[in-house]
Amino acid sequence: MADVMQTTSGANGAAAGELLQVEGLSKYFPITKGFLRRVIGFTKAVHDVSFTLANGETLGVVGESGCGKTTLGRTILQLYDMTAGSVRINLDEGQLDVGSLTPEERKLFRRRAQMIFQDPFASLNPRMNILETVGEPLLVNGVAKGTELEQRVARIIEQVGLRVEHLRRYPHSFSGGQRQRIGIARALVVNPRLVIADEPVSALDVSIQAQILNLLQELQGEFHLTYMFVSHDMSVIRYICDRIAVMYAGRLVELGPKDELLERPRHPYTALLLAAVPRTAKGSRGKRLVTAGEPPDPANLPTGCVFQERCVHVQDICREEDPPQVSMSDRHFAACHFAKDLNLDGITVAPVTLSA
Amino acid sequence: MSDTGRGDLLLEVRNLQVHFYLFEGVVQAVNDVSFDVHRGRTLGIIGESGSGKSVSAQSVMGIVPSPPAKQLAGEIRLHRATPDGGIETVDLGRLDPRGQEYRDVRGGEIGMIFQEPMTSFSPLHTVGDQIGEAILLHIPDSTPQSARERTVDLLRRVGIPRPDRAVDAYPHELSGGMRQRAMIAMALSCDPALLIADEPTTALDVTIEAQILELIQELQDDLNMAIIYISHDLAVVGGVADEVMVMYLGLVMEHADAETIFDEPLHPYTRALWQSIPKIDGPLEQLVPISGNIPNPFAVHKGCPFYARCTERIQGVCDESPPPVLEPRQGHTVRCFLYADDVDLASNGAAGD
Repeated sequence: MADVMQTTSGANGAAAGELLQVEGLSKYFPITKGFLRRVIGFTKAVHDVSFTLANGETLGVVGESGCGKTTLGRTILQLYDMTAGSVRINLDEGQLDVGSLTPEERKLFRRRAQMIFQDPFASLNPRMNILETVGEPLLVNGVAKGTELEQRVARIIEQVGLRVEHLRRYPHSFSGGQRQRIGIARALVVNPRLVIADEPVSALDVSIQAQILNLLQELQGEFHLTYMFVSHDMSVIRYICDRIAVMYAGRLVELGPKDELLERPRHPYTALLLAAVPRTAKGSRGKRLVTAGEPPDPANLPTGCVFQERCVHVQDICREEDPPQVSMSDRHFAACHFAKDLNLDGITVAPVTLSA
Repeated sequence: MSDTGRGDLLLEVRNLQVHFYLFEGVVQAVNDVSFDVHRGRTLGIIGESGSGKSVSAQSVMGIVPSPPAKQLAGEIRLHRATPDGGIETVDLGRLDPRGQEYRDVRGGEIGMIFQEPMTSFSPLHTVGDQIGEAILLHIPDSTPQSARERTVDLLRRVGIPRPDRAVDAYPHELSGGMRQRAMIAMALSCDPALLIADEPTTALDVTIEAQILELIQELQDDLNMAIIYISHDLAVVGGVADEVMVMYLGLVMEHADAETIFDEPLHPYTRALWQSIPKIDGPLEQLVPISGNIPNPFAVHKGCPFYARCTERIQGVCDESPPPVLEPRQGHTVRCFLYADDVDLASNGAAGD
């Protein structure tokens, strides 16, 4: 994973290896009232989010429940219609504007952008066996059928660590970890470029999580995948990602390379989130910082910075003006008036020993 | 209290065995589990699904559904305070779970917090009514008015803003963190001597989890409460527990004080678990997954239930007979053949001293 990062770092524009460009993306859900479902307001689930994804990298999206991280992923995949903004994806077949796809382009996009879901018990149809479940995307997209379909399914099933003998079995005969492998196979069978994984290990037992995380890493190398990895678990994000995006109340509040962001967070919310995770290293085990408050109601956000109510560094300007995106480098920014002035504590990261 | 000898010992569980008799077969949910709980201290129980951690705790509460479950063996001795200041011992395992005496213990001496506050509250009654009901049942001479006042007090105590209004709120009107606070208020409503917390923060965000854990610890300090804290999250347990018990398929694999369990774990399962979880700090190391899956719950194991996944298994030993419980160091027990020799040396050394 690290090699890919180096070849693409500093890349600018589609030619140099950008897979996805998200600009000013917003998704508002209407709040309706009464029999006529009159719209009385909007929940701003995702508001004005911009970032790019380089080919082969893993971007972690982290935040508390209700911060919009899942909605962001689903809006990028066009599972929700976007309210504003644009999403562009650069495929070998050409660039697609995801907001205005022709039926033909939509078919291509559906194959090249796939999703892995959280709950392996809810995301598989109990009446379909593994061959049908994993083969369905091939059939629906008109990629393969008959023996070719079966061969492709068999190949991917082995690549995710299951056995071909399992093809005719139904989901109930598999454990949580195995079901998640089936979900991964179903996503990868159509040869996607972009995979959005929404909390793919949260529902799994601790001893199984590492299996799936390592599998996702292996498959990334094999299939040249680009991941957007959505999770609430900072430790998982730290393990699997190259860059980290932190969301709060529908906004992207900080985005930066993993170690830089973890060791020296620039947004007070990132620092708060990091401080709340219990430490595991000897000497500081179990230590965490407790801060009061909960995220604001996304249907009723304050003027100015969305984090003002919980922020210990809050000034008058934060209550009046939306914070600008302050850039630390061309790859690291934070949406805070004082991003450059604050000296925030991160976590203690010793030299990276991860072998990719 | 400590002058009465076993004064601070609150609960003793000995050789507890609970099996579930289901249509598909027998699940040996809890096999030979023993532990002590002391006043003012926290016992952490770590385990994955099917480890028996919840069934162990539910047995203490007397809320394991029976049938299909059956307690085959074991004693659950509660050393409770009597009104005259003495201590009396009751074996909860012998009480009728539906009888009046157990009802007094449950919600009285022992309070419990469950994982999902949305499903553990009734959606049809206000938070105040539900907490008030517990108070009316357990506190002598309480009236609806006094119960309501006490409820408002409790809600304030657990940090719910505007408790005089929250008392009339329905559970769905509160956020997840606030619901869990209300749940804690209910568990504490009758000043329990023992609080059982079964994954109380698993459904919550880290920031809210930190708030809830701090609250539980504050209340423990104030009330000298004993806590059994059940979780699959090693880092969380490391932060709250004084001693830790690691369970796997109904057996206690290792039991020691919290520092030892994390710094010098002996059981291969504990060590493997520790290597397989991503950590927030320290060097980033490649995770070593535990191979295979948690075995089918209906399977009967002749030897160690972790045998198939263990990297240090001894063929012909570990798969042949159940591993013994050994105490290689004082206060540190481990259920594993690997330490069978160490324990002999240790006991010889102790004898020589």
